[in-house]
Amino acid sequence: MNSNRGEDMYQTGIESVRSKKDLETIQAEFIQYGKKFPWRALVCSGASCMSSNCQGVKDALESALEKYELQSAVDVVVTGCMGACSTGPTLIIEPEDVFYCGLQPKDMDELVRIHFLEKTICREKTFFNLNTGEYIPYLKDVPFFKGQEKIVLQNCGRIDFRSVEEYIANDGYLALHKALTQMSRNQVIQEISDAKLRGRGGGGFPTGLKWKLASKNESDDKYVICNANEGDPGAFMDRSLLEGDPHGIIEGMAIGGYAIGANRGVVYVKAEYSKAIERTEEAIRRAREINLLGESIFGTDFSFDIEIRIGAGAFICGEETALIASVEGERGEPKLKPPYPSDAGLFNKPTVINNVETIGNVAVIILKGAAWYSAFGTEESTGTKVFALAGNINNSGLVEVPMGTSLREILFDMGGGIPEGKKFKAALPGGPCGGCVTEEHLDVPMDFESLPELGATTGSGELICMDEETCMVICATIGSGELICMDEETCMVDVARYFMEIAQEESCGKCIPCRVGTRRMLEILERIAKGQGKEGDIELLVELGNVIKDSAFCGLGQTAPNPVLSTIELFRDEYEEHIHDHCCRAGICPDLSGGPCENVESGAKPSDKEL
Amino acid sequence: MSIATCRVDTMDEQDKFALLTQVIEEYERKPSNLIQVLHYAQSIFGFVGADVQRVIAQKMDLPLAKITGVLTFYSFFSTAPRGRHIISVCLGTACFIRGGQPILDHLKEILGIDVGETTEDQRFSLEIRRCIGACGMGPSLIIDEQVFKRLNVSGIEQILDEFE
Repeated sequence: MNSNRGEDMYQTGIESVRSKKDLETIQAEFIQYGKKFPWRALVCSGASCMSSNCQGVKDALESALEKYELQSAVDVVVTGCMGACSTGPTLIIEPEDVFYCGLQPKDMDELVRIHFLEKTICREKTFFNLNTGEYIPYLKDVPFFKGQEKIVLQNCGRIDFRSVEEYIANDGYLALHKALTQMSRNQVIQEISDAKLRGRGGGGFPTGLKWKLASKNESDDKYVICNANEGDPGAFMDRSLLEGDPHGIIEGMAIGGYAIGANRGVVYVKAEYSKAIERTEEAIRRAREINLLGESIFGTDFSFDIEIRIGAGAFICGEETALIASVEGERGEPKLKPPYPSDAGLFNKPTVINNVETIGNVAVIILKGAAWYSAFGTEESTGTKVFALAGNINNSGLVEVPMGTSLREILFDMGGGIPEGKKFKAALPGGPCGGCVTEEHLDVPMDFESLPELGATTGSGELICMDEETCMVICATIGSGELICMDEETCMVDVARYFMEIAQEESCGKCIPCRVGTRRMLEILERIAKGQGKEGDIELLVELGNVIKDSAFCGLGQTAPNPVLSTIELFRDEYEEHIHDHCCRAGICPDLSGGPCENVESGAKPSDKEL
Repeated sequence: MSIATCRVDTMDEQDKFALLTQVIEEYERKPSNLIQVLHYAQSIFGFVGADVQRVIAQKMDLPLAKITGVLTFYSFFSTAPRGRHIISVCLGTACFIRGGQPILDHLKEILGIDVGETTEDQRFSLEIRRCIGACGMGPSLIIDEQVFKRLNVSGIEQILDEFE
């Protein structure tokens, strides 16, 4: 998306950034540039807002500014995802921090007139709180943003992702400078270890330890890989981060490279993420241009460069060894560990693979220190976690909260609860590898320790909420951070079938438990959903599930049965109703009768349910 | 080299193969670049058919089985021609929960094709995507680059009419 900043957008005259002074010069110049404009209008161009025509909104904004001769008073800035995806397209006006949402091109004339000429707030275009029936003009008062702690996403939705100058003006590349000039490699690793940073991709492995293992290996070549093969179906935080703050990832990777002694980095990104690829590519090009990547960065003997590798649609390639195989141009099949990638990874060289969000934490830890960072979150799970909040929830989008925040706060305070006054049924933190969390566990802290006790994980950060109409046949880890909320109209058998279908589709076929086992489980679930379930099917699912968990080769197979096992544990009665009464209480499974299961005779066909 | 600046749609077969050869040379015939080469091949030809696979195998000095093996592993690649318009129904978890499956079922019915297939008149191909990132607006689908959101089954035909 272009912006009026186009040609007159501030670009530094410094050709090669060699010192802290250069960074400070850029910072000062950028601030000076910003002072020319009394206002900044930030237009969100995250994936969701782009799909709701934020481009049209921006064009209309610019025409209106021109009409009222305000071009030189308002700096229009295109940013990455602001997070409030269900209210898009969104717009923040600084310095007041007024949050406008649900905009259409036709609204912009009036908005510009009222906000910038009459200098009042165009209330009807601000956030409407469904629960209180009031408009909330200021960002800080919007419940969705209250309680969030933006560390990884600090720049996302606040700066122009295309401008390295603006990134630098927000303390960008200072951490890299600090690491290269004031810290030894071991000190960098120690800082990350002290901060207790753990992998945000779902595994929760200590990042410092990972780096330490790779740094100890002597080798001419080492690699840092950024894993952006975000696979959980409903997770979009890695994508948003790459799209909204690519320099943050470049800086984090460079610091990682210095720490382990690697000169080369690879961003492995999903082919579907064309915007993320484009923006990251551009950021890499710009960083190279002013020597923040390349030879002798900051005049030190450290050289580092990054290339992008585009994946080709394989969920399994999020697994480390499969990802390495894919970067090497092979079928993305996992390999036996050991050797671990830190010993023999990409092209058999020591390699560190970190998830995008993990890397997003690195620069700020180095800049502000481990003590500052570990003050957020809990004792063992420090910092924040970004969740992609979706499903049957009023305010869906991206939220970043301190580790240990309860699910209730995320779903009901920020998420605004379940739409249409329906009942909360379950949340699915951790997507397809996770398990379900039900009403009674809503107060459990979302962190690496508490969720596994429920058989759940944070996963990568996908958080799906389900209402009473969701058919639960799913399960909970913190996993990747996908957080899906379900209401009472969600059928749990159907949800379990859905996740098993994905696992089966994405099974790479290397090992039998996963390749054949998931197929058999899927067949049984399909049978149950069609009302052809047999006595003993539930037991068979449990038995098969446990065998696959124990015997599958890699994480995909080992976690694939989780949704089924978890839903059987929590919603066994729904499975039994499907099998014995041929009834789906949520009214989702089309071959079964819906509604309250005691009224099977009434024969309401659930497939007629209005969407 | 930028494929984006080449008008692939106006090129004849010979030019397309010449461009493919150029891509392979840019990638130094390294086996580790195979997937990137396949991405370009798909952009140039629309799909990676047997003839294209043979050329890649020959130019990169790799067994044909290796090319086919890698190609068919990844769902992003297609070995058969696709329709003029690609309909991708989002079945990410959020869209699924919000009713993406009935949308897909309805499309299958009116187009008379299954997922991964193309209509006889080459007008549409039908695909599934697992999350397009518009989770707040589900269920959604993409036709070519255009996103359609908050869908309901009854509005689908009207959307298809926009695409010739």
